[in-house]
Amino acid sequence: MTTNILEMRGITKTFPGVKALSNVTLSAERGEVLAICGENGAGKSTLMKVLSGVYPHGSYTGDIVFEDEIVEFKDITDSEAKGIVIIHQELALSPYLSIAENIFLNNELKNSFGLIDWNKTNHEAQKLLARVGLSDNPTTRIMDIGVGKQQLVEIAKALSKRVKLLILDEPTAALNDEDSNHLLNLILHLKGQGITSIIISHKLNEIKKIADSVTVIRDGKTIETIAKTDVTEERIIKDMVGRDLESRYPDHTPNIGEELLRVEDWTAHHPQDQSRVVVDNVNLTVHAGEIVGIAGLMGAGRTEFAMSLFGRSYGTKISGRVFKRGQEIKTRTVSEAIANGIAYATEDRKTYGLNLIEDIKRNISMASLGKLEKWGLVHDNEEYRVANEFRTSMNIKAPSVLAKTGKLSGGNQQKVVLSKWIYSDPDVLILDEPTRGIDVGAKYEIYAIINKLAAEGKGIIVISSELPELLGISDRVYAISEGRITGELPIAEATPESVLKLMTMEKPR
Amino acid sequence: MTKLENRPTDNTAAASQVHPASNKFTNWLSHVLADLGKNGIFLALIAVVVLFTVLTDGILLRPQNISNLIVQNGYILVLAIGMVMVIIAGHIDLSVGSVAAFVGACSGVFAVNWGLPWWLAIVLSLAIGALVGVWQGFWIAYVGIPAFIVTLAGMLIFRGLALVVLGNANIGSFPAEYRALGNGFLTDLFGSFPIDPLTVGVGVIAIAALIIQQVRTRAGRQKYGQEVEPLAWFITKLVLITVVIGAFAYALASYKGIPITLIVLAVLVMIYGIIMNRSVFGRHIYAIGGNRHAAELSGVKARRVDFLLFVNMGVLAALAGLIFTARLNLAGPKAGDGFELEAISAAFIGGAAVQGGVGTIAGAIIGGLIIGVLNNGMSIMGIGIEWQQAVKGLVLLLAVAFDVYNKRRAGAGR
Repeated sequence: MTTNILEMRGITKTFPGVKALSNVTLSAERGEVLAICGENGAGKSTLMKVLSGVYPHGSYTGDIVFEDEIVEFKDITDSEAKGIVIIHQELALSPYLSIAENIFLNNELKNSFGLIDWNKTNHEAQKLLARVGLSDNPTTRIMDIGVGKQQLVEIAKALSKRVKLLILDEPTAALNDEDSNHLLNLILHLKGQGITSIIISHKLNEIKKIADSVTVIRDGKTIETIAKTDVTEERIIKDMVGRDLESRYPDHTPNIGEELLRVEDWTAHHPQDQSRVVVDNVNLTVHAGEIVGIAGLMGAGRTEFAMSLFGRSYGTKISGRVFKRGQEIKTRTVSEAIANGIAYATEDRKTYGLNLIEDIKRNISMASLGKLEKWGLVHDNEEYRVANEFRTSMNIKAPSVLAKTGKLSGGNQQKVVLSKWIYSDPDVLILDEPTRGIDVGAKYEIYAIINKLAAEGKGIIVISSELPELLGISDRVYAISEGRITGELPIAEATPESVLKLMTMEKPR
Repeated sequence: MTKLENRPTDNTAAASQVHPASNKFTNWLSHVLADLGKNGIFLALIAVVVLFTVLTDGILLRPQNISNLIVQNGYILVLAIGMVMVIIAGHIDLSVGSVAAFVGACSGVFAVNWGLPWWLAIVLSLAIGALVGVWQGFWIAYVGIPAFIVTLAGMLIFRGLALVVLGNANIGSFPAEYRALGNGFLTDLFGSFPIDPLTVGVGVIAIAALIIQQVRTRAGRQKYGQEVEPLAWFITKLVLITVVIGAFAYALASYKGIPITLIVLAVLVMIYGIIMNRSVFGRHIYAIGGNRHAAELSGVKARRVDFLLFVNMGVLAALAGLIFTARLNLAGPKAGDGFELEAISAAFIGGAAVQGGVGTIAGAIIGGLIIGVLNNGMSIMGIGIEWQQAVKGLVLLLAVAFDVYNKRRAGAGR
């Protein structure tokens, strides 16, 4: 018996016209945590789908060896029977069912009449929850627990299937720091119990924390596998992008001009609970050519502030004044905000930013159709030309602007969203989590685009959960906590510690 | 109607990228295949026509029957236009049959009981349709009640009101001008000939306009550096279209000329085709159906679009009610029964997506024609209404299943 629980040998998978995986080799030792890194579109998810049987045997070439035998999975049920469980980035839980029902979904515990044994179900669920460190009542509905706990329920579900190899696809992408830490510790804990894990992640610091080895994939090929002792961020990044990134943030020499936007006493209340103040007397300014960062924990009111400002897209009982170049402007509807030169790129581009079933061209023109109108009709050849220009200038990787945005990788989708807003010709761009879920190389490109916009004299507000990113690109940083601006620091004075302190400052009570 | 099919996304560039064609023939072939794949619905119509031509010993394609096909299905096609727009935006309208009956009844009161001039009766009836749309649009767009519920209620409300207006009796004997809407013909303007010259002339103009439009579109795309289909295939398509329209015009010309219903329909298809393909309003409808949040955050006034869509549907339902009433020369309580289902079927057979965001006017019209040919063909064969229903249900199911299968195959790419 070898020490490897899994070996994937020479895996090649082609889609019509695209070679997604080419001769990929991967091995995981029994009881280790293996991290897989790679840019979006590098083939990580495809590889995991091959492994878990989503792409059945026969649709790829190469061998999968699991526990010393060649396996040929026809579907996920096959791979789960062998103890391989994959937890996808988008959680696959039913929100209206209880924790216990979700854990035993399609694996129900039955009594001798073939009916569900609820006592046993809830009891077993309780035991599984304890193993992942949850003490919630198993009859609680999934929708009533947070995302962090939902992730743990997924793992409990995997445990119920006697998992030997657990695959987690970007498990912490939607989690806050505390939940992330808990999850990572749990993975280490499970490792102690002999469960092997493969974790796909973009977050290099968490990889360093838990992984025993790191396999880097680029363009559908294995680049190398790095042992824990040799892992450095620089090396991983270099492998991922195929070149050295001297700096993760492009150079930016601020050329700050006149005051562009001033928001005074901006207040918004929760849409359902109108007594709750979500945005509390926010005052801020943005100058021409300036990149202003807004730092805050999740739920601090960052997005709520931006959306309430942008055409009252969030909240009720909104008050406050907005000035552009000293003139008061109104932003009561989205179209009014756009007309007044404000653009807002949302944090969740798939749900709020893009029409995924429509092509790149029509997504880019969406906010500015008026510009393309001629005699009441949209000039579609002109639209094509404009979209093509953006495809070139923004380096959107797609066969043509007629490609559906749902088929693009995260980084390219984000470039389409940015193109849409740049085409609306705004003075102030609010970018909410502009690099969430996109890979290092594309992040760099997005930063370069932000710098270019600032250099053109636009005012940029960047909202980000990643403090290093915020400090890396901003000229000035506001910290927001519980809906209030708790401080403002020029970049020279902003350190992670000082900003974090402001971000966690509580309201005097 | 094929000329309105050229939504910009129909450009085959994306499809051909998948098969990087190095030589001319494979390139040509890939374009043909891509076009056939996209126009599968058109092929289905041809298949159904051929099938019933054989089964009915050619009766289906007799000039008189072709003319009847249009006149008998005109009101369903009018409804299908509005319905596909509603469906693209992600809604549904179950009330159109009842609204058609209600407006038909009102028009009876105006034109027969009150003796108003025919044109005034028509205008008033359309206005009532608009009011019905305002009512339903208000609940859907501004109160936020799902369209399924609002129009289910509307189905009952307006059926009830139709009975109230009719007062338990049929209203009949409409003025001749009014009746022309349903069974009139535009003919013999230049005197009486065995082959009506007017109809032939209109057919020639239609073909010429279509060719000019296609050539201009192609030239425009080339000017902007977009990929276009190979010239040979482009010409082949034009020839096919010319033959189909020519044969159709000849058939009409050798019977009674151009049905008024067809004129109304052609104008509607043209106007709404342009609205959906080229106007900002049309773009907004697709955007809302594709992703409502994203559309709203791009400045689209989604509620207003929803509201206008239902007002529009109300007017088109009224028009369908008028055409139907005119055809029967009778406003009765059973009018419009089941229209909503045929219109919805037409939209879905024509490729509209249940989730919204996808669909075309041309597709809905072809879907409606498929249903029409099925109805007509099976009637000629003497198949009973019970089997007709079952067959139509099966066709709807298979059409959507085929669509889903196709999408899954195409979507497996990633």
